[in-house]
Amino acid sequence: MVLWFLILIPMLAAPLAWIGQQWSRHVARWIAIGALATDLCLALLLWSQDHSGQVSGHGSWLFESHTSWIPLWGISLHLGLDGLSLVLILLTAFLGLIAIVASWTEIQSRVGFFHCNVLLALGGVIGVFLAIDLFLFFFFWEVMLVPMYLLIAVWGHANRRYASFKFFLFTQAGSLVLFVSIITVAFLHQQATGRPSFDYADLMRLTLSKEMAWWLMLAFFIGFVVKLPAPPFHTWLPDTYTEAPTGASIILAGLLAKTGAYGLLRFTVPLFPEVMSEFAPIAMGLGAIGILYGAVLACSQTDLKRLVAYSSLSHMGFILLGAFAGTELALQGVVMQLVAHGLSTGALFMLAGALYERFQTTDMRQMGGLWGVIPRGASMALFFACASLGLPGLANFIGEFLVLFGSYSAQPMVTILASIGMVMAAVYSLGMMQHTSFGPQRETRLAPDLSNVVFGALLLMAALQVLLGLYPRPVLTTTRPVMETLVQPAVPSSHLTHPPSDQMPSANLFTSHVSSP
Amino acid sequence: MLKLLWLIPVLPLAGFLVLALCGGRLSRRQVAWVGCGSVGTAAVTTALVSVDFFQGFPDRAFYQQTLWNWIDTSGMTVGVSWYLDALSLLMVAVITGIGFLIHLYSVEYLSGDDGYSRFFAYMNLFVAAMLTLVLADNLLLLYLGWEGVGLCSYLLIGFWYREPEYGTAAQKAFIVTRIGDTAFAIGLFILFTQLHSLSIQQVQTLAAEAWPIGSTRAVIVAALLLIGAVGKSAQLPLQVWLPDAMAGPTPVSALIHAATMVTAGVYLIARMHQLVALAPLVQETVAVIGLLTLLLAACSALVQRDIKRVLAYSTMSQIGYMFLALGVGAWSAALFHFLTHSCFKALLFLAAGSVIHSLHHEQDIFRMGGLRRQLPVTFWTFLIGAAAMSGVPLITAGFYSKDWILWSVWSSPLSHHWIWFGALLGTLLTGLYSFRLVIRVFFGEAHTLASGEPGFAMRVPLVVLALFALTIGFLEVPHTLGHLSLFSPYLSHVLPTLEIRAGIDESSETLEQIAVTCSALLGIGLAAVLFLPRFNFIERCADMPAGHALATWWQNGWGFDRLYDRLIVRPWLHLTRDSGEILDHGSKLLVIGAESCHAWLSHTQTGHVRWYAATVAVGTLVLLGLFAL
Amino acid sequence: MLTTHALMLAILLFGLGLVGLLSRRNILYMLLSLEIMLNAASLAFIAGGARWGQVDGEVMFLFILTLAAAEVSVALGIVLQLSYRFHTLDADAFSEMKG
Repeated sequence: MVLWFLILIPMLAAPLAWIGQQWSRHVARWIAIGALATDLCLALLLWSQDHSGQVSGHGSWLFESHTSWIPLWGISLHLGLDGLSLVLILLTAFLGLIAIVASWTEIQSRVGFFHCNVLLALGGVIGVFLAIDLFLFFFFWEVMLVPMYLLIAVWGHANRRYASFKFFLFTQAGSLVLFVSIITVAFLHQQATGRPSFDYADLMRLTLSKEMAWWLMLAFFIGFVVKLPAPPFHTWLPDTYTEAPTGASIILAGLLAKTGAYGLLRFTVPLFPEVMSEFAPIAMGLGAIGILYGAVLACSQTDLKRLVAYSSLSHMGFILLGAFAGTELALQGVVMQLVAHGLSTGALFMLAGALYERFQTTDMRQMGGLWGVIPRGASMALFFACASLGLPGLANFIGEFLVLFGSYSAQPMVTILASIGMVMAAVYSLGMMQHTSFGPQRETRLAPDLSNVVFGALLLMAALQVLLGLYPRPVLTTTRPVMETLVQPAVPSSHLTHPPSDQMPSANLFTSHVSSP
Repeated sequence: MLKLLWLIPVLPLAGFLVLALCGGRLSRRQVAWVGCGSVGTAAVTTALVSVDFFQGFPDRAFYQQTLWNWIDTSGMTVGVSWYLDALSLLMVAVITGIGFLIHLYSVEYLSGDDGYSRFFAYMNLFVAAMLTLVLADNLLLLYLGWEGVGLCSYLLIGFWYREPEYGTAAQKAFIVTRIGDTAFAIGLFILFTQLHSLSIQQVQTLAAEAWPIGSTRAVIVAALLLIGAVGKSAQLPLQVWLPDAMAGPTPVSALIHAATMVTAGVYLIARMHQLVALAPLVQETVAVIGLLTLLLAACSALVQRDIKRVLAYSTMSQIGYMFLALGVGAWSAALFHFLTHSCFKALLFLAAGSVIHSLHHEQDIFRMGGLRRQLPVTFWTFLIGAAAMSGVPLITAGFYSKDWILWSVWSSPLSHHWIWFGALLGTLLTGLYSFRLVIRVFFGEAHTLASGEPGFAMRVPLVVLALFALTIGFLEVPHTLGHLSLFSPYLSHVLPTLEIRAGIDESSETLEQIAVTCSALLGIGLAAVLFLPRFNFIERCADMPAGHALATWWQNGWGFDRLYDRLIVRPWLHLTRDSGEILDHGSKLLVIGAESCHAWLSHTQTGHVRWYAATVAVGTLVLLGLFAL
Repeated sequence: MLTTHALMLAILLFGLGLVGLLSRRNILYMLLSLEIMLNAASLAFIAGGARWGQVDGEVMFLFILTLAAAEVSVALGIVLQLSYRFHTLDADAFSEMKG
């Protein structure tokens, strides 16, 4: 039940925030802050109860909630929490708070509706991280999309119409592919066992024919990679990240991208072990291409937000690389990279938003010498530029290096290719610093330095970066059991608890009703 | 007392944190106290630790301290742990000792600058990172320090951030070294994948067991580590960043780009000597790179106009000597040269800084001259530094270290005689360019008026370093001159000692020494002949077209910058000139397709209700017909 | 036999209504034609119900009756508005929504 609270608190606070606007703008903001803070506390409480070492993963969860919904089709309200979802929910609640702080001064019109949308989107994201019934998962997957579209379309910058349409169409197309494959999997389950099921544990036990598994894996892969994104499905990213208001950019880069990564880790990788070994090199190659392609494009940008957007694309390549490396080390690196990227990119978008508020532009050609104008902002930009280029001692380094260490044993050449991205990361990060903070001062007019609240939020993120960079154990031990089971999906732990009568069902769409040998 | 080891890197780090978080609120005096104090206390702690260390030495050859487990997951266990042995203690002593002197010097040197607290914050962070590098027990922690010093170097080169050229130089330094760092990182991936460990000691033991001498894996890993070391230590072919790095304030050049950071590559190779020894091919490459760098850089140093660039090229050249020594297996000699070089090169930079300071940021040596009467302390200390660098026999430290290296090159089984002749030519060039600098700056007629000798805080480090530059060589006196050997037994607990090649007569050492001495003195003498104004030989040479072309070529560092510009920078800029992307055209095509379909279909949308009704009826009929069929 | 005749009549009525709908330009006549078509459909239901001896046909008829009433009330409101705005009842004049 406590899991439903996690989802329902922001969802129910959403209309309240809208109504609350009648009294004052601040009521809406405080309602949003309150809801997310409650969520954060709740998640922390769950975390403190998590006895690490407890086996979790497929079929055995730290917390679980199961209610029947549409039994005829095998759909149930099934939520489950394990280390991976716990870490991501903590990140969601934290970055949600950051997003609201970042929009505090930026959003002045329709404040209530803005926060309503933010809360709905975050509720959807948390739902995605918790749902282990594929139908319910898809429901939340769609729930987070519409408020996100509204956030971009209503409060975005000049080119918001184009960007919001592009975002919606791309993600919706990905969702379609995903939906078709979810239905197919459930149908295959019906063919194999006689009853359809959308339940994760049931589907884990489904054995597929190789050809079928290949197509389904491809579909699941595309559906999630569009959200991640990785080339060639990424072209919505730069426009969307750039045109979205600051808060929405933080949520998009920090959280929505993570739902794609989560989907890959939760579904794509473990559901289709049959074709994993064939598919992994392709996915890893795509990851390495993403790293280099994003980095090259980040180097050619003149707009700050676009630069951060492309750097984000480059960082997501590491996630793709690690998720398919098939080693526990790489998977642990992926989790670190998810958290670290959320913090570093979120902070960079927040800084870009702060600069936009002061100079009404994010064009780096019109900036320069900001160290003398807004020293607090420039020093934070320096810090997060370092984080983004993977400076050791900060969380991004742990993520990237664990991924690379883990991937090297699987695909040495691809990993070496990906390592070149480290040099390019230095080029664009330092280029960004040079164009904005250093050099001669372009803006002669004085601008106020970062406000205490924004500076405090950035400092908090910086502190977390350092903490996780020097002591990543809290995250790594929480997710380790999950990643251990991901590497050996052959024997799901739940399978052992079932009686032998529940044999491994096999299914094939073309030769229906084949019983297992 | 050994337990205090963790304090040594933590103290400067604490200094950095204090200055970074509340540097704006402190007065200059307080900033100076925090900045110098943190490094000073680190130096004192080092002294305390080393007293304790030497009590148990050599029975207890190392001391290990683990603070916490950094990464401990899925088969990778890496701790934040320190490893103190003879080699790292030497490095720590140099870093904290010379670091403190340079901090003290900066208190006065930068007293008029806006970014006072920022400067000391970066410097403290640098010292902390450098100490982490040398004290690290495992390669990942070493990499942390390695990247940390690179970052600080970047920040300090671009310290005067308003000048765009300085920013470019800073970026160049970081990116070029980052190329080396990436190779280093790939080396770590291979090591970990093969040996499942990153501990420096463990990895080398395992490697020695697993890989035979000269095996491909060992060669690849050693080569990758070498690329990392080459990048950091500004050796060929990644040397291009160091001359430009002189954009930073002079104390920075003294600390980072002369005494400590650029020798990190030397430290790395010495630290990984067992691994390097497994790859004789790589070790030979180290020697060749060292030799080439020392000669090329020495030629470039001969023709520079900027006092700091001369010193930068001389640093490259001297580190070339260290690489040469490492390459021929004279590990201790390389470290000894590191020790003396840190003293005399820091001294030279600080004295040059004093010159620059008193001439109001004039760096062109052709606008200097005749300063020996106006700046006597600076003159004498600079002279001592130059003498030590050229290896003036018996009285300077540089002589003892360089002689040791040359003797090792001559007698090592891994070396060839032609290498020795190259290195000998290097000593001649060293004398030549060192004293060219002395003569240009301190002799002849005055071009610019100096504002007088620097104050107390700048003079103390100069004098102390001058004393070191004279005396530190007596730690290891060759046995032909009295046999006082302290340094090599000390390091022999960590690094193997060099065996003399069969067929080399020990008595030839005297002859070899005479050759080295003559060569150095010849260089100095030539400098006097060539550059003293009354001879004026070199100007006539440079006026000739061939001489002029050669001088320009050398002045630009043998055209490496141009080469890299053509090969890498321009293609890269070409690649990134357009901010749009190709893949976006794909989705644009989709949009165009959708729009044309839309235009076509919208003809059916006439707005006439009856037309719609008719289409509905026809559609129904068609469907019914289909079903009926 | 009765069913066949009734269905024939329903088809005839439906065709009549459809022709009226397509040929008339006056929107009121179009509504009338629509009513005829609805009634034709109801007749078919009734006939079917009588044929199978089931009450469903009459239930559907009642539904259609209600639907027709609702439809007419809404449609007449729209017609009023249209004639008020455009001063005509010609359906082809209301072609603002063409693509």
